[in-house]
Amino acid sequence: MLKDVSFGQYYPVKSFVHNLDPRLKILFLIGYIVAIFLAKEFLALGLCAAVLLFAILFARIPFGKVMRAVKGILFLVLFTAVINVFFHSGDAVYWDGPAVLWEWKIFHVTQAGIVFSAFLILRLFLLVICSSLLTYTTTPVSLTDGIESLLTPLKWIRFPVHELALIMSIALRFIPILMDETDRIMNAQKARGANLDSGGPAKRVKAIVPVLIPLLLSAFRRADELGDAMDARCYSGGKNRTKYKKLRFSWRDLLAFVLLAALIAGVVVMRFYPVFPL
Amino acid sequence: MRIVAEHLSCIYNAKSPFAVKALDDVSLTVEEGEFFGIIGHTGSGKSTFVQHLNGLLRLPSSLKRGKKKDDTVLTVGEFDLTSKKTDFRALRKRVGMVFQYPENQLFAETVFDDVAFGYKNFAEKKPEQGELETAVREAIEVVGLDYGAVKDASPFDLSGGQKRRVAIAGVIVTKPEILVLDEPAAGLDPLGKREVMSLLHKLRESWCKTVVVVSHDMDEIAENCTRVAVFTEGKVKYVLPPAELFKRTEELTELGLDVPLTAKLVLALKKRGVTIDCDYTQEDFIRKVLARRGEKC
Repeated sequence: MLKDVSFGQYYPVKSFVHNLDPRLKILFLIGYIVAIFLAKEFLALGLCAAVLLFAILFARIPFGKVMRAVKGILFLVLFTAVINVFFHSGDAVYWDGPAVLWEWKIFHVTQAGIVFSAFLILRLFLLVICSSLLTYTTTPVSLTDGIESLLTPLKWIRFPVHELALIMSIALRFIPILMDETDRIMNAQKARGANLDSGGPAKRVKAIVPVLIPLLLSAFRRADELGDAMDARCYSGGKNRTKYKKLRFSWRDLLAFVLLAALIAGVVVMRFYPVFPL
Repeated sequence: MRIVAEHLSCIYNAKSPFAVKALDDVSLTVEEGEFFGIIGHTGSGKSTFVQHLNGLLRLPSSLKRGKKKDDTVLTVGEFDLTSKKTDFRALRKRVGMVFQYPENQLFAETVFDDVAFGYKNFAEKKPEQGELETAVREAIEVVGLDYGAVKDASPFDLSGGQKRRVAIAGVIVTKPEILVLDEPAAGLDPLGKREVMSLLHKLRESWCKTVVVVSHDMDEIAENCTRVAVFTEGKVKYVLPPAELFKRTEELTELGLDVPLTAKLVLALKKRGVTIDCDYTQEDFIRKVLARRGEKC
């Protein structure tokens, strides 16, 4: 059951995107998010979507897997969209008919609201898909390597970059372990007749206690053990540590970089010279 | 209750790059009253198999009979696990499952509450205090703990061996007919191991008619089991009584499995020309060796 959680899980195939430098992928993600938020019209967002589709194809990740990441936030997205449909005001007219379609006290549905909500849904979807694409195609280790390398300038102001990267990689590494652990504990309690999947919200919260307490205990125990193990092997922070895998830019990264630059340029241009403004 | 499995297969993460075939056409029958052992390498499918027995792992719905022609059979007593209508709660009440390191599942504030958890869950209606107390007291006493001393203690303050007993008590409190244990003695000292094993024998005589044990410890298996199944790569290789099984010391070693100390000694003696025909329990081995010695002198 918990094995179905797909957000943030590495998908091991060999592909163009998998081979990109993690630093570039992180920058690409940031640049891409900026582009999504700069986009003010459907055409610009469509351009972003096209680039993402391209990236998914080249990452050789099955489309269903990508969509599963969306499923996790579906509720949030729909909730936001519904709120926006009822509260967004504007008198723009997109099709024949009155600008305000329905009104009751403070609620109103306008044409502008509907269009804006659709825009919002698309934007949120792109956001989630591109972030999950990063974790699908990058192992946690290379992801933290990339982050550490990108944050290196902060070392000048004595920011503990290496420690931060270590915390991140440990946290990421422990997600599957804790997930397995949760599964095991849930099974053990189910074998003792615990009813974890049915009942009202209050009942469910109460039912989760027998899972949560052993899980917390085991998390603390593991943290202790890991700390001891690191001490025993004389771990003392990032100073003088060398890396097994050095990060290097290659022609692939240049290609991806050019694509991103083109995307941002296109979106910026469209912002100033809108084609079909909202 | 009898356990019958025929042509049972199980694939984890089907249709993805992580797909693993955990069980491959497993057929196995465990009769009522057996002390059944399951041995095999890590990843050989033994844990997967036992998790099917109380429906924690279910057969994929595409395999459910009627939809597709399929000869998978899995029944535990009168429960047919290939059917969709099986009452898994009733099943779990009668098939107790003790996982590896069961002390990791303790959660309640007192030992009493933790042991009572399963009893309350399986009760048809809210049990009366007196009835609950009797059941918990019996369970705690049968695992060899002092009810008065531990009932109000926090389970986290107990020693490792005691925690494990409390955890086992929490499973057997409903008096299941079949008790399945995954590595019940792992991580205990030799004395603790022996105590757990004698506890299982005691349980088999009084509460749980059938005991199924997954174990790595061959001495444990040789001493206690009536029959043993050997799993390799999701398949059942042998199902034999230990006295027969450990005659195949060489085959087992080839499979990467250990054999009990007695079997190793028998083999070593055989190489020196002394044939000992024993059932591989320590007691019998010692007796036979002494008898041989008596012959010679």
